[in-house]
Amino acid sequence: MIDLENISFGYPNSLLIFKNFSWHVKKGEAWAVLGPSGCGKSTLLYLLAGLRFPTSGNLSINKTSLTRPRPHTGLILQDYGLLPWVSVYQNAELGIRIRNFYGPDGKHAPEIFKPKKSVEDWLIRLGLSGLSQKYPGQLSGGQRQRTAIARTLVLEPDILLMDEPFSSLDAPTREDLQKLTLELWAEQELTMLIVTHTIEEAAILGRKILLLRQPPHSETVIIENPSSSRDDFRHSIDYFQLIRELRQKMEMLN
Amino acid sequence: MLFIVWQLFAWLLQLPILPSPIAVIQELGKELLSGELFWHLLASLWRVMTGTFLAILLAVPAGLFLGQSKSLNRFFSPYIYLLYPIPKVVFVPIILLFLGIGNLPKIIIITMILFFQILVLVRDQASGIRPELIQSVQSLGAGRRALFRFVFLPASIPAILTAIRQSVGTAVAVLYIAELFATQKGLGYYIYLNGSTYFNYPAMYAGIIMMSLMGLSLYFATDWFEHILTPWQYNE
Repeated sequence: MIDLENISFGYPNSLLIFKNFSWHVKKGEAWAVLGPSGCGKSTLLYLLAGLRFPTSGNLSINKTSLTRPRPHTGLILQDYGLLPWVSVYQNAELGIRIRNFYGPDGKHAPEIFKPKKSVEDWLIRLGLSGLSQKYPGQLSGGQRQRTAIARTLVLEPDILLMDEPFSSLDAPTREDLQKLTLELWAEQELTMLIVTHTIEEAAILGRKILLLRQPPHSETVIIENPSSSRDDFRHSIDYFQLIRELRQKMEMLN
Repeated sequence: MLFIVWQLFAWLLQLPILPSPIAVIQELGKELLSGELFWHLLASLWRVMTGTFLAILLAVPAGLFLGQSKSLNRFFSPYIYLLYPIPKVVFVPIILLFLGIGNLPKIIIITMILFFQILVLVRDQASGIRPELIQSVQSLGAGRRALFRFVFLPASIPAILTAIRQSVGTAVAVLYIAELFATQKGLGYYIYLNGSTYFNYPAMYAGIIMMSLMGLSLYFATDWFEHILTPWQYNE
């Protein structure tokens, strides 16, 4: 579904972050992209979101080269993604309003977009129905991220990109949202990519893990994590072994 | 408290130039009822409000453009900082000379005062918006137009209101000077006429009180607009 073929990318006046880097993601997979801070994980996500473009090589989604943000790709960032001046409800319907603003031009929005599930339904699904008239400033970090998830999923994406989505949350809220994310991934048949610097989070959320070391990245280091789909995975020996393995690999790569 | 001090001074000095507040309030009531003062107030209010409206209309889009584009901002910044600190009151004679009598030159002066204040505050507000916010709205499909509509414009409202609050006092003060010339309407003209030609000091003070009440009501109006337009700031 997502194909990166020998892509290179660097910000102006700085070193390359990706140099002839290739990576392939199949439909319906759940990936975690793990690496230390500043290694270019977020840049990879921005490339996939169509907010940055490779200087060479080809990045395509469903065999189409990416030239702008794709209407079917959802992006959730760590924080600051909600508009502080409108309510939870209005934030959740922002994507729909933007599409109506342009009309079905096929560029900013698919030809005709009628959400199968309404904003209200999504707010109920994410446990926000009582908060729909509140402003983001009145919410907890977890509730804010739930709002961002509702806003993204109401647009029925097939790819969900998340950049350190839960790193500013406390541990119980984080675990709660990780569980919810996996439920939604299965329920909505999403292709999901989560960028994180936390080894534990990568182990929980990634059925496959892409490991990034210091840039420039040319090599694709992948760790398979099939047992993460088990219900008791978080408390299993496999989980702790995986974490040890990931930690060793990260230390080695650094 | 202010009235007590005023009354005391009026008693002590016993000068026609400092009438007692009671005399002034009586005069204020009389002048308002007779209609004279009311029309002068309306003329001044019209000038301040039109000037403010024009300034918003011109400065907000300009501020948003500069706030979004680093290169535009780099190009225009020196000019802005060159013109911004000049007290706009110095332009009063020039503007009157070019635009003549009537409302327009007075309105333009108010617009000039507010323009720079709004421009700079809106520009800073727009350039201070977190890139994460812009990127996440872009990822929902927003291009430049939708970003303006859903992000930059609403984000600039608090800046506009702050700019108005900061400059409304100056605007009223400069309006007084502008109304000294080439007009027969407005509180500035009314105060000057009663103070220097008719020597009707209670009426002059009534005009001053009216001017200060006008300024006060403009502050209250700005606060009210802030409550209506930016409710999120009061719900945190």
